[in-house]
Amino acid sequence: MPTIIKALQSQVGRKLMTGITGIALMLFLVVHLAGNYAIFASAEAFNIYTQKLESLGILLYIAEAGLLFFVLYHSYLGISIWLGKRKARSSGYEVYKSRGGASRQNLASRSMILSGITILVFLVVHIWSFKFGETEMIMSADGEPMRDLRQLVIDSFTTWYIALGYIVILSLIMLHLFHGAWSAFTSLGVKNKNNTHAFKLGAYVFAIVLMLGFIFIPVYIFVTGGMGSLIAY
Amino acid sequence: MSTNMTIHLRYWRQSGPTAKGYFEDRTLSNVNEHMSFLEMLDVLNEELQLEGKDPVEFDYDCREGICGSCNLVINGQAHGPKKGTACCQLHMRNYFDGDHITIEPPRASAFPVIKDLVVDRSAFDRIIEAGGYVSVKTGSAQEANARPIPKNDADLAFDYAACIGCGACVAACPNASASLFTSAKISHLSHLPQGDVERNNRVVAMVEQMEEEGFGDCSNFGECEAVCPKEISIAAIADMRRDYVRAVL
Repeated sequence: MPTIIKALQSQVGRKLMTGITGIALMLFLVVHLAGNYAIFASAEAFNIYTQKLESLGILLYIAEAGLLFFVLYHSYLGISIWLGKRKARSSGYEVYKSRGGASRQNLASRSMILSGITILVFLVVHIWSFKFGETEMIMSADGEPMRDLRQLVIDSFTTWYIALGYIVILSLIMLHLFHGAWSAFTSLGVKNKNNTHAFKLGAYVFAIVLMLGFIFIPVYIFVTGGMGSLIAY
Repeated sequence: MSTNMTIHLRYWRQSGPTAKGYFEDRTLSNVNEHMSFLEMLDVLNEELQLEGKDPVEFDYDCREGICGSCNLVINGQAHGPKKGTACCQLHMRNYFDGDHITIEPPRASAFPVIKDLVVDRSAFDRIIEAGGYVSVKTGSAQEANARPIPKNDADLAFDYAACIGCGACVAACPNASASLFTSAKISHLSHLPQGDVERNNRVVAMVEQMEEEGFGDCSNFGECEAVCPKEISIAAIADMRRDYVRAVL
């Protein structure tokens, strides 16, 4: 029997880890979405939430290291699978056409590498601006200075190109999940002949609900100019 | 009554494994709608031979969809446009007078071209040699109900055993993955008591061999299932992954 390390490097192992890291990242997105909605809770809720996260100290570093590992491992696997296909078919077809029917070749599945790399680039920008970017400091209720990330969100999303860019990226994440959310469970071996449609439908519903959840915030802030009644001042 | 059609063919010519290949165009004006696709190629070759030219090499044997020898990529689709149909069972009545048809060999680094449309599929044989068998002597066929097997398992084993090893799955897969072939060959044995004994070693050995042959990774595109002349479900691939994890752990 192969060692665990060798098994993880096999075709089955690579696919399995793509699925596991993908599912972990999907779960993270759900938690992230829940956190985002703190912006509607009260004037201070969002900043208190972000400050609480930052005050977790070592726990936050562990969580961040874990996420970074998942993102990098998932990207590495995706890129290496994509590069591998060029090796496995060194000369291509003059004519190539999907048969349709049982095939899941569609815009989502054929563009995984493009949507994936775009999401990766977005992540760098996103983390740069929210984690390391300059933010105005305000006083919290107990007199401690804290970063005004809430204002950063409102300022960003009242800028049309940032709001639009964010919506485009979230649409790409949805596209990635149309194939990814279904494919991950197939990679884990959960699929059988009878549950294919349920998983496919589940993937679409999950991806659409998640996307709508995320883009409601920029759309609302942009449309109301940051002065909407849902946002407390 | 049958009508004759004119078909514009474009097919791959390659004189040997290392020779540079090219496309050749030719128009056939006497294609009968009742001909199978391979019979249409027979007509092409007859014409070529009468002109003293080399016939176009293509693989075939039974011509009734059960041997898995034929494997042409027709207008970009392995075995052509018909669901659950090998190209030997594809008939020219599926085409129209004046149609253009491009015929290519299956493209995969693990399936090198031998000549024209014929590729070397011995990589599949080596995957089978790695573990796609049962080592015990099972003797002659027993009475069917001597060893009860749950219907669901028997059905699955039968579905997967229908694989004829034509390689359409590899030809159609955007990654040139052999996962559907390998998993069908693994799963048709692992669902039966005779095959269960070597289940763990089999899945590991065959997955390793599949990779060694240079087939690509599976991305769950499902194109293999769509072109499979035996319509084998990619549930076989999920099955193989479960088996692999079980074997390693």
